[in-house]
Amino acid sequence: MLRLSAVVFSLALVLSHAMARPALADDQVTSFTLPNGMDVVVVEDHRAPVVMHMVWYRAGSADEPAGASGIAHFLEHLMFKRTEKMETGEFSRTVARNGGRDNAFTSYDYTAYFQRVAADRLGLMMQMEADRMVNLRLDDSEIATEREVIIEERNQRVENSPAALFREQKDAVQYLNHRYGVPIIGWRHEMVALDRDDALAFYERYYAPNNAILIVAGDVTPDEVRALAEQHYGPIPANPDLPERLRPSEPPQTAERRLIYRDARVAQPYVSRSYLAPERDSGAQETAAALTVLAEVLGSGTTSVMAEALQFDTQVATFTGAFYGGTSLDRTTFDVVVVPSEGVSLEEAEAAMDRVLADFLNTGVDAEQLDRIKMQVRAAQIYARDDVESIANQYGRALTQGLTVADVQAWPDVLQAVTADDVLAAARMVLDRRQAVTGWLMAEEVTQ
Amino acid sequence: MMRFILPVMLALAALPARAAIEIKEVVSPGGITAWLVEDHAIPFTALEIRFRGGASVEAAQKRGATNLMTALLEEGAGEMDARAFARARDGLAASFRYSVSDDALSVSAQFLTENRDAAIDLLRQSLIAPRFDAEAIERVRGQVLSGLRSDEKNPQSIASRRFAALVYGDHPYGSSLDGTIDTVSALTRDDLVAAHAGALARDRIHVSAVGDITADQLGALLDSLLGDLPATGAALPGLADPVFPGGVEVVDFATPQSVVLFGQPGIGQEDPDFFAAFILDHILGGGGFESRLMTEVREKRGLTYGIYTYLADRELAQVWGGSVASANDRVAEAVEVIRAEWQRMQQDGVSQDDLDNAKTYLTGAYPLRFDGNGTIANIIVGMQMRGLPIDYAATRNDQVNAVTLEDVNRVARTLLDPARLSFVVVGQPEGLTESSN
Repeated sequence: MLRLSAVVFSLALVLSHAMARPALADDQVTSFTLPNGMDVVVVEDHRAPVVMHMVWYRAGSADEPAGASGIAHFLEHLMFKRTEKMETGEFSRTVARNGGRDNAFTSYDYTAYFQRVAADRLGLMMQMEADRMVNLRLDDSEIATEREVIIEERNQRVENSPAALFREQKDAVQYLNHRYGVPIIGWRHEMVALDRDDALAFYERYYAPNNAILIVAGDVTPDEVRALAEQHYGPIPANPDLPERLRPSEPPQTAERRLIYRDARVAQPYVSRSYLAPERDSGAQETAAALTVLAEVLGSGTTSVMAEALQFDTQVATFTGAFYGGTSLDRTTFDVVVVPSEGVSLEEAEAAMDRVLADFLNTGVDAEQLDRIKMQVRAAQIYARDDVESIANQYGRALTQGLTVADVQAWPDVLQAVTADDVLAAARMVLDRRQAVTGWLMAEEVTQ
Repeated sequence: MMRFILPVMLALAALPARAAIEIKEVVSPGGITAWLVEDHAIPFTALEIRFRGGASVEAAQKRGATNLMTALLEEGAGEMDARAFARARDGLAASFRYSVSDDALSVSAQFLTENRDAAIDLLRQSLIAPRFDAEAIERVRGQVLSGLRSDEKNPQSIASRRFAALVYGDHPYGSSLDGTIDTVSALTRDDLVAAHAGALARDRIHVSAVGDITADQLGALLDSLLGDLPATGAALPGLADPVFPGGVEVVDFATPQSVVLFGQPGIGQEDPDFFAAFILDHILGGGGFESRLMTEVREKRGLTYGIYTYLADRELAQVWGGSVASANDRVAEAVEVIRAEWQRMQQDGVSQDDLDNAKTYLTGAYPLRFDGNGTIANIIVGMQMRGLPIDYAATRNDQVNAVTLEDVNRVARTLLDPARLSFVVVGQPEGLTESSN
C-alpha cells in the first residue's frame, strides 16, 4: 500500500506519530539536576564519535501572551542573532567550522535548540548555548528582516497549503479556550506586529536554567556531561520569578462542531475528525497507552480496522488513518481521517467511517491484531537503540510536557500491559461525536 | 516549526576516516555481491537492496508502470493476499519499504535476529512472487491517481514536472515516474508483470547489510532472497542531454507564494574536478545557514525561509540545481539576487578563508554520518551505486583537502554559467517577466 499522500500525511506530522517509540534500556540513560534547577538527561551510545547536544525550554506557543501569537517561534529564530559575546550568525558559523550542524524547533509546549557535533566539541557547544540562554542582544533592524523570514515561512508552510489552512481552522474550532487552538507559527495579522519588546518579554520570562532541560546523546559518559554542564550552565542563576505553567483549560465539550473549508487548490477532498482526548499524565499513563494502541488498531496500516472495512471489504476510501498525540501538556486529540475514493462523496465517506467506528465499539479488538501490535512494541525497543537522536527527542518532549524520566522508561511496559478491554473502554470514552470536531476539506464549488 | 528544513538532498560521499567501522565484501555461493558491516550490538539487521535502472527502463507510453508495480510488491505474494502478507510482516515486527526513483528500485528492510529466516522468506516472496491481484491493482491505482490529481494543484509538484520537462525533454528524466492520469489509467496487469521482469533482475543488484549478521549468514541469505530472480532485465536508457535555455519560465498558478526551481549543467563524481565543484556548491548554496545564497536571500533581505543548491549526480545526467520560495510580490527580487550571486561567484570565485571553512566543515562532518545500522547501510549501498571503491572512506577527506583555491576558482569560472542558469517559477509573480536567452 502506498503511504498516505503528502496532503493527508501533513495531518499526521503535527499530531506526532501514532506509536511513540519506546525508550532505550534504562541503564543507557542517566539523569540528574544541577543546583540551579537545570535538568540533565544523558543517553549513551558509543558506536560513533558523535554527540547530540540539546537544550529544551518548557515554553512554547501555548505559553504566549494573548495577542502575540508566534512569539515563541519568532524568538527561536532570533536566538541565532547577536549576544553579548557573539556576533549575529557566529553561533551557527562556529558549529559549522567544527564540522557540526545546528538548528532549533518550536511546538506548543516547548522550544528546543540542538547541535550535532564530534564528541570532543561538546564543551564549546555548551559554552555557546549557555551564553545565549541569558545574553541575547536584539537589534531592531535585524528583527524587521527576520520577521520577513517567518512570514515567508508561514507562506511556505501554511498559505501555500490548503491542508494546512484547513488544519489551522479546525484546531481553532477544536479548542475554545486553550492556546492549542492558535497556530504555533502565529496568526499572520499578529505576526506582522511582533517586535523586540514581545521577544524580550518572552525570553526573560522563560529562558532560564530552572526552565530548561539539557539532553546529551551519543559518545559521552554521564560524568563528562556533569562536569561540563556544571562549568557552563552551573553559573547561570535560576529565575526566581519563573511563573507556574497554568493555562486556561478546555471546558467540557457538549456540542458537536463541524466546519467546511473550501479552496480552489484542493484536488483530493477528505474528511478529518478530532476528538478531545486525555494526554499522558505522570504516573498515570494507562489511558493514554490504551489510546495509543487504539490508534494502531483503528487506523495504522493495511491490517487496521478502518483500512479493512473501507479499503478492502468496501472501496469507499483511498486512504484511512487514526492518530493520537499522547505526549502533550494539556488535553490532546484523537484523530481519524478518511480520503474517499473517486465518486464517493464526503457525506458518504463520513457515514461509512461512522459505521466502522460504531461496529468496532460493538465487536471490540481482534486478539491476533493486538498480539501483532504488542510484538511491534517489543521490537520497537530494539530498533530504537539504533537511533539515539530519536531517544533524545523523546525525553525532551516528555520532560517539557509534564512527564518524568521514570514515565518514559515505564511507557513500554504500560503499552505492553494494555488489554483488549482497555482499548475498548478507551474507544468508548473518546469516540463521542459530542466532543468532536468534524471538518471537510473541499474544492471550490463549480459555478457554470 | 524548525528554523529551517533541509530538503531531501543527494547524499554525496560517505565513509568516516576514523569511525570504527569496517566494510567487508561478501560474495554469496551463488555469486551475488554485498557489502557488510558486522555489528552485533543490537539484535537486528538493516538490509538495503538497489536495482539499477528503476523507472527509467519503462517505455514512455507505460509511464507509471514501475511505480505502480513497486507499490504492489507488498500487496500480496505467493499464497498470501495483501492482508495476509501485511499480517505476516507485522507479526514478525519486520519493516519492508519499497520505493522507486528514476535511477533505482530500492528495497529497505529491517528485521530482528530472532526471526530473520521467516522475515527473509516473506521478503523473498514479495520480490520473486508478487501476485498483482486485480483487487490490489485497482486499490493502489486509485491511490496513485489521487496523488496525481493532487500534484496538479501543488505548486511544488507543478514546478518539478515543468523543470524536468524543460531540462530533459523526451528522456525518461523529463517526465514524472508516477506517470500521468492517462498512462496510469491504461496500465494492465500484463504491463505490471512486464515492469517487474524489467526492473528486478540479477544483472543490476547492489546490496548492503549492517548489523547482527555474519558474512556466512549473509551469503546464504543473498542466494535465498535474490537467487531466483531472472538473470537479466530491461535495457537501461541512454544518457540524457540536459538543455538549459537560460531565462525564466513562469507557470501561472493562484497561490500566495511562488515556488522556484533553477539549474544549470552539473558535474559527475568521475570528473577530476568533482570535489572542487562540490566545495563550490557548499559555499554557494549547499551549506545551509552558512551559504552565500542563504546569507544574501534570507539573512540580509528576508526574502525566503530557505534557499538551497545541490549537485545532482544522477546515473544518466548531471545537473546543478536549486530551489527557493518567495511571496509573489518579492520573488522577482529573490531571482535577481540569485543571478547576481551566480555571476559574482563565477567572476570573483571564493577566498582562501571561504575554502578553508568549507573544508573544515565537510571533513569534520564526514565521520559523524555513520551513526546507526540503518544509516550506514544506506550510505554504503549508495557508494556501490556510484561505483566508488570499498576503501573510499580512507581517501574521501584527502580528496576534499587536496582541492586548492586555484582549482575551486578555475571550476567557478569554467563551470558556473549564469547565461544558462534557467528558472521555473510557479505562482503569480509580480514584476517577473518570462524571458529566454
